[in-house]
Amino acid sequence: MNINDTDVTGEAEPRVLLVHYLRENLGMTGTHWGCDTTNCGACVVLMDGEPVKSCTVLAAMADGHSIRTVEGLETNGRLDPVQQGFMAEHGLQCGFCTPGMMLTARALLDKNPAPDDGEIREAISGQICRCTGYTTIVRSIQWAAEHPEPDGFGVESGYDGEFANDVDIRDIPETAANVTAAGDGADGVTSEEDTKP
Amino acid sequence: MTLTPEREANHAADSPDRPIGFGRIQRKEDPRFVRGRGNYVDDIVLPGMLHGAILRSPLAHARLVSIDTSEALAHPKVVAVITGKDLEALNLAWAPTLSADVQAVLATDKVRFQGQEVAFVVAEDRYAARDALELIEVEYEALPPVIDARRALDPDAAVIRDELPGRTDNHIFDWEAGDAAETDAVFARADVVVDQEIIYPRVHPAPMETCGAVADFEPVEGKLTLYETSQAPHAHRTLFAMVAGIPEHKIRVVSPDIGGGFGNKVGIYPGYILAVVGSIVTGRPVKWVEDRSENLMSTSFARDYIMQGQIAATADGRILGLRTNVLADHGAFNATAQPTKYPAGFFHIFTGSYDLEAAHCTVTGVYTNKAPGGVAYACSFRVTEAVYLVERLVDMLAQRLDMDPAELRLKNFIQPEQFPYKNKTGWEYDSGNYEPALRKALDMVGYDELRAEQAEKRARGELMGIGISFFTETVGAGPRKHMDIVGLGMADGAELRIHPTGKAVVRISVQSQGQGHETTFAQIVAEELGIPPEDIDVVHGDTDQTPFGLGTYGSRSTPVSGGAVALVSRKIRDKARLIAAAMLETRPEDLEWEKGRWFVKGDPSAAKTMAEIAMGAHGTITLPDGVDGNLDAEVTYDPPNLTFPFGAYICVVDIDPGTARVKVRRFVAVDDCGTRINPMIIEGQLHGGLADGVGMALMEIIEFDDEGNCLGGSLMDYLIPTAMEVPTWESGHTVTPSPHHPIGAKGVGESATVGSPPAIVNAVVDALAPFNVAHMDMPCTPARVWAAMQGRATPPI
Repeated sequence: MNINDTDVTGEAEPRVLLVHYLRENLGMTGTHWGCDTTNCGACVVLMDGEPVKSCTVLAAMADGHSIRTVEGLETNGRLDPVQQGFMAEHGLQCGFCTPGMMLTARALLDKNPAPDDGEIREAISGQICRCTGYTTIVRSIQWAAEHPEPDGFGVESGYDGEFANDVDIRDIPETAANVTAAGDGADGVTSEEDTKP
Repeated sequence: MTLTPEREANHAADSPDRPIGFGRIQRKEDPRFVRGRGNYVDDIVLPGMLHGAILRSPLAHARLVSIDTSEALAHPKVVAVITGKDLEALNLAWAPTLSADVQAVLATDKVRFQGQEVAFVVAEDRYAARDALELIEVEYEALPPVIDARRALDPDAAVIRDELPGRTDNHIFDWEAGDAAETDAVFARADVVVDQEIIYPRVHPAPMETCGAVADFEPVEGKLTLYETSQAPHAHRTLFAMVAGIPEHKIRVVSPDIGGGFGNKVGIYPGYILAVVGSIVTGRPVKWVEDRSENLMSTSFARDYIMQGQIAATADGRILGLRTNVLADHGAFNATAQPTKYPAGFFHIFTGSYDLEAAHCTVTGVYTNKAPGGVAYACSFRVTEAVYLVERLVDMLAQRLDMDPAELRLKNFIQPEQFPYKNKTGWEYDSGNYEPALRKALDMVGYDELRAEQAEKRARGELMGIGISFFTETVGAGPRKHMDIVGLGMADGAELRIHPTGKAVVRISVQSQGQGHETTFAQIVAEELGIPPEDIDVVHGDTDQTPFGLGTYGSRSTPVSGGAVALVSRKIRDKARLIAAAMLETRPEDLEWEKGRWFVKGDPSAAKTMAEIAMGAHGTITLPDGVDGNLDAEVTYDPPNLTFPFGAYICVVDIDPGTARVKVRRFVAVDDCGTRINPMIIEGQLHGGLADGVGMALMEIIEFDDEGNCLGGSLMDYLIPTAMEVPTWESGHTVTPSPHHPIGAKGVGESATVGSPPAIVNAVVDALAPFNVAHMDMPCTPARVWAAMQGRATPPI
């Protein structure tokens, strides 16, 4: 099969699930395994561009197909917009559902570059997140739709004289609210002076 | 597409002038997670590692007649098969629980719940280990199971724990709080009393990652390294030392990245112990990772409180008192996680946000043939149950008095000037300003317009409901004098080192499972010292690298460990002052602090930054007497009290009159957790908890049939909300700092899980007013709502 643009040849027992083949035979542990009844979607990968639950695909069934995993979302040191979106909009917490969610989002945006809230929710409805309550995941995918090019993020892996990491994302709309050291704007009832015990 | 205010604010998180300290900044954890480069337990591979799998009981209650492992041992890939008899020889067949009971690691005499651990296979690979389970022959002799907690104390009920000397019944404990006589007197003179049985059904935290471990016992050094899905790695290390007899300095527990905990990963499960035994027996690392069905059937459940609740009031809506008798179903072993002196956790916070004259509760715990647990799923030690009880009763009282539920609450709130407020069961609430929070929620949701819309719709036969919940949480256990887990006081340590170049590492005793500790704890240090958060590494989870503490649960990280980190930062600041004074050749008292630097009063240009001071400390300047040549400090923080965050939640539901399907149309949540370290992360915490609320109120339940078969043992049956079942959350906040906390911050992680279920159920019951429904128990599934509409008892499922 072809995984993340690399041809892979290997042997697997007929019963071995794709999720285990990826994780254990290939050491690609970004794909997760969260249930045993194909409900949770933590194992979603793209097979020929379509999201599939790799716990419900035999490794042998992937023979001759092209598979994309979370490890293949970043290309040439550039993060995919969905990866940027999930960071920008706090679309992840424990991170366990994130790879599957992002791959489904990628497939959705490839077909429908400007999905609405309902279309996004339906697209990810085969996947469970226990941390976020989904609102920020929807926002993350909207963010990726609004920023189709990995533009202006300068995300490099490694050391370039000045340590660069993605905490340095800069995408500031002109209307951005002022952030004060005491919190997040003026909609609290108590003034920030009162926040000092 | 327009940006919502929250989204705009998130973008501001990464402006060039983003805050050095509190405020929205993006998470330091995310870069590895979005690349699939997290490091979770099942990602760990060690040389020579074997795989373990557990054979589980198909029966709820049965005598164990015999186990034949010969065929499994003959399997070419099987290295070892461990049974209860093998563990008995090592004195490991039973392990202590967090509630001073014991639980079977592997069954020896009987099995006591379906899914209980019976044998452990260690094999060369994951698949072979599962194959070998099928080759083990077990003979059982079925016994009558005890399933209904109400029948557990019947004289003819089978005795589940007959291995305990002298035990002749299924009674675990009786506990009470408040004043019974005073409460009876108040009820005697009340105009109105509402009396209702309110059940909080058994549910499960179901984190996306199940529980698992990799045990690596190195026989030459005698050192055990245990990678675990543990929310409390230090407490686990101590317990393993006590249980397994391995000296504590020879045990290293590592919690790597954890795929959600929600209280599921606090206790020690047999699988962890079996992985350790497997590694000792085989001399090789052993990995054990449970599947989802095992997780749902055998690890810590939550809730399962049958509460008979009563509320007393005057005719004009002054609430006088509350009382309740609770029957608590703890399953076959009492493994409930809570401070030792609190067998019912903090349930006695059930007086809620109201100024009462009297209150009293009793809680009786019983054994049944079910999995152990009870305290989990963001309950803050039974505060979920307490808040659900009081907020349902207040709504029922409003219905009885024909009063608006918001008005009734406003009328009875504890007033801001009453704080610190001593409630009638022994808590001292630290601070609160309840009315503005509720008013804000009412404004955000457009309460009056909604009531008008509801009246119109009701006239047309449409079912729309509006539900309010106003809750007070109690989080941040806790003061050592009162609170310990298995004898370990609930204080937390923090260590902070400033490297010569001014970069820092802070080591904490709590353990993130997605709550963003690596970001927010850096922000606390940043706020105190002016070092940018990206220059501060947060180390957690490795007991060899971090100070002792009790771990993350009960929303205790910010209250306890956050306090420790603020105080250790201040220790550094004080030391930095002495060093800066030496560098500037002035007296420490002549210096003034400005975030990030000490400067000479009246001469701001004469200053030393933290980085300069760090280099000075490690350099060659002459240091004052008694000052070590470093810029490091450590603190163990013993909190004086818990923190009491609060919130006002309003839920709007629509019910399809033809199918009885409940749809949550809107949900407004106004929370107050005092000082806000990172509003973006707080919002995410709350969103997740609100989704839990939708799950529990409408979908989730772990039920059993009469034989004790678990009917919620997979995600096919245990329904968790997807993006389709939840609305876009609307959040607001107020800020009422905790007066006793070093930075005024309160916990918040569990608030939404605690506060949202009553808001949703109150909305459902409100929608069903035309059918004269006074109460219905969760989950409000279509079948159960339909039954309620027909005036029938709820169906069994």
